[in-house]
Amino acid sequence: MGSMRADGAVADPAAADPAIDDPAVDAGRLLHRLRRGLPLVERPYAAIAGELGIGEQDVLRALAHLIEAGAVGRFGVIVDHQALGYTANAMVVWDVPAERIDEAGRRIAACGGVSLCYRRTPRPPVWPYALYTMIHGRSRDEVAGRVQRIAARCGLEEADRRILFTVRRFKQTAGCYGRTEGGGQR
Amino acid sequence: MTAPDPLDRQLLDRFQRDFPLDPRPYARIAERLGCGEAEVLDRLARLTDSGAIGRIGVTLRPNTVGASTLAALDVPPGRLEAVAAAVSAVEEVNHNYQREGSPNLWFVVTAPTRPRLDAALERIAAETGLPVLDLPMEAGYHLDLGFALWDR
Repeated sequence: MGSMRADGAVADPAAADPAIDDPAVDAGRLLHRLRRGLPLVERPYAAIAGELGIGEQDVLRALAHLIEAGAVGRFGVIVDHQALGYTANAMVVWDVPAERIDEAGRRIAACGGVSLCYRRTPRPPVWPYALYTMIHGRSRDEVAGRVQRIAARCGLEEADRRILFTVRRFKQTAGCYGRTEGGGQR
Repeated sequence: MTAPDPLDRQLLDRFQRDFPLDPRPYARIAERLGCGEAEVLDRLARLTDSGAIGRIGVTLRPNTVGASTLAALDVPPGRLEAVAAAVSAVEEVNHNYQREGSPNLWFVVTAPTRPRLDAALERIAAETGLPVLDLPMEAGYHLDLGFALWDR
């Protein structure tokens, strides 16, 4: 169901089915609405239910199911690190031998201050890096220091790595999964 | 924004995950923080207005709904503004950042299906005349779980 496997890898996407065994709820439409955020009113789920023409309990049940099924990675307060003074943000990429990537990824994930850690398809010779981590800090030195400590703790001192600090944010919106408010495909 | 006081910090730190699935979620949060529901609502509204909170919502796990990839372009410095604008204008692009080094423009593309994702990447390559580095995710070890801002 798209949940995290014990080995830390994301299950086969083809097996992921966020559909809900509940004809009252269109999961895509509900997710699309939820990605815009929960309203700040006493009964926010009832407000969303009203917009979608379904019941408050339908929304709560469907959301619980989507979280359990793994389609929703996180549900909660989405903070803006930049606004909170985390002005040094870096994507750190590591060139680790293929057979060691999963172990290294799991070890990095256990370190603090890492918001994302995952493996992507490498494209050698242009881009040999397969292991990615996002690290946020209040200064470049703080981020560089953390990268150093992660390398030491995870046995990655020898690995070629690059720290790609963010310079400018041109666009940041919720993802496009093709659902409109009406639930149709765009 | 003004510096977050202890109650703001708790609102920002403790509810990045496992937001209450209860008809009155803000009342449940208020109980846990020992304040009133109206206080929680006021503070969340203020933190949203100041930009500290983007939204209270969901992040989708990659590739469980639709398809997504991280892509990159190595843009000649003189063309960066124009190419970045062209990339941002593509509906399927939802994050677009300039980063140090080469490649220098990094963006996340999401679409309902992989063929539609490929079409978006091809459009970007055609419009910019630059080869697109397509880096799809293969495994996640720690995926946007939020992290403690102060309690470290």
